[in-house]
Amino acid sequence: MNMRTPLKNVRHLGSAKEGADHFWMQRVTAVANLVLGLFLVWLIASLAGADYATVKSTLANPIVALLLAMLIVSATIHMRLGMQVIIEDYITRESTKIVLLLLNNFFAILVASASVWAILKLSFA
Amino acid sequence: MSDARTAQGTDNRPLSPHLQIYRPLINMVMSILHRMTGAALYLGSLLLAWWLVAASIGPEYFAFVNGIFGSLLGKIVLFGFTWSLLHHMMGGIRHFIWDTGRGLDIQSVKTLSKMSGIISVAATLLIWGAVLLTG
Repeated sequence: MNMRTPLKNVRHLGSAKEGADHFWMQRVTAVANLVLGLFLVWLIASLAGADYATVKSTLANPIVALLLAMLIVSATIHMRLGMQVIIEDYITRESTKIVLLLLNNFFAILVASASVWAILKLSFA
Repeated sequence: MSDARTAQGTDNRPLSPHLQIYRPLINMVMSILHRMTGAALYLGSLLLAWWLVAASIGPEYFAFVNGIFGSLLGKIVLFGFTWSLLHHMMGGIRHFIWDTGRGLDIQSVKTLSKMSGIISVAATLLIWGAVLLTG
C-alpha cells in the first residue's frame, strides 16, 4: 500500500525535500560554464600583457561585460554546489559541517558580488 | 566493547579501506583530479574577482596586481589555474557523456579518462605557448 499522499507523489521531491535540484543545477551551470569558461580563457589570453586602457575598455565592452557577468553567476553557483558535496563527504562532525556549509555560501556570494560590482563599475563609471 | 562504541561515539568508528589501499587506476586518478581541480578553481575564483576589482579601481592598483600575476610565482599559479580549468572542463564533458548512459563499459571509461588527461595538458601547453609567442 502506498502511504504517500497524492501531493507528495506529484512533487517527486523525496526525503531530502529538494528532489534532483542539486544534480540538475550542477549540470545546467556546467553546460553554461563550458561555453563561458572557454570565453574566459580566450579573453584572458588576448589581454595578456595589455596596458590598463586596453583592459579597461575591453572589460567595459557590453558583450564582454555581459558574458563575464553570466560566467560569474553560473560559476559561483556551480562551485558552491561542488564544495557543498566535498564538505558533506569529508566532514563528519555536525557542528563543523554546518559552519563550513555556511562559510561556503558566504564565500560564493562574496566572489560573485565583488566580481559583478567590478564589472558594473567598469561598464558605467 | 570496541573502541567504536566509546563516549566519543561516531567520531571513532573504523573507516572502510581508502585511497592508500588501492592501486591507482586511470579513471580513479582522473576522478580524484576532477575533485581536486574543482577545489582549486574554487580558490582560483578569488584571483579572477581580485583581477576584476583591481581593473575597476584604477591604473595604479591594477599595475600592482598585474605585477603579482606577471611574476614567476604568479605565472606558475596561473598556469596551474589554466590546467585546472581545462582538466575540470574535460572531466565535465566526460560526465556529460556518461550522463547519457553511453561510454560506461570498462574500455570506454579508460579511453575517456585517458583522453581528458591528455587533452587538458595539451590544450594548456598550446594556450600558454600561443600567449608567450604572441604576447
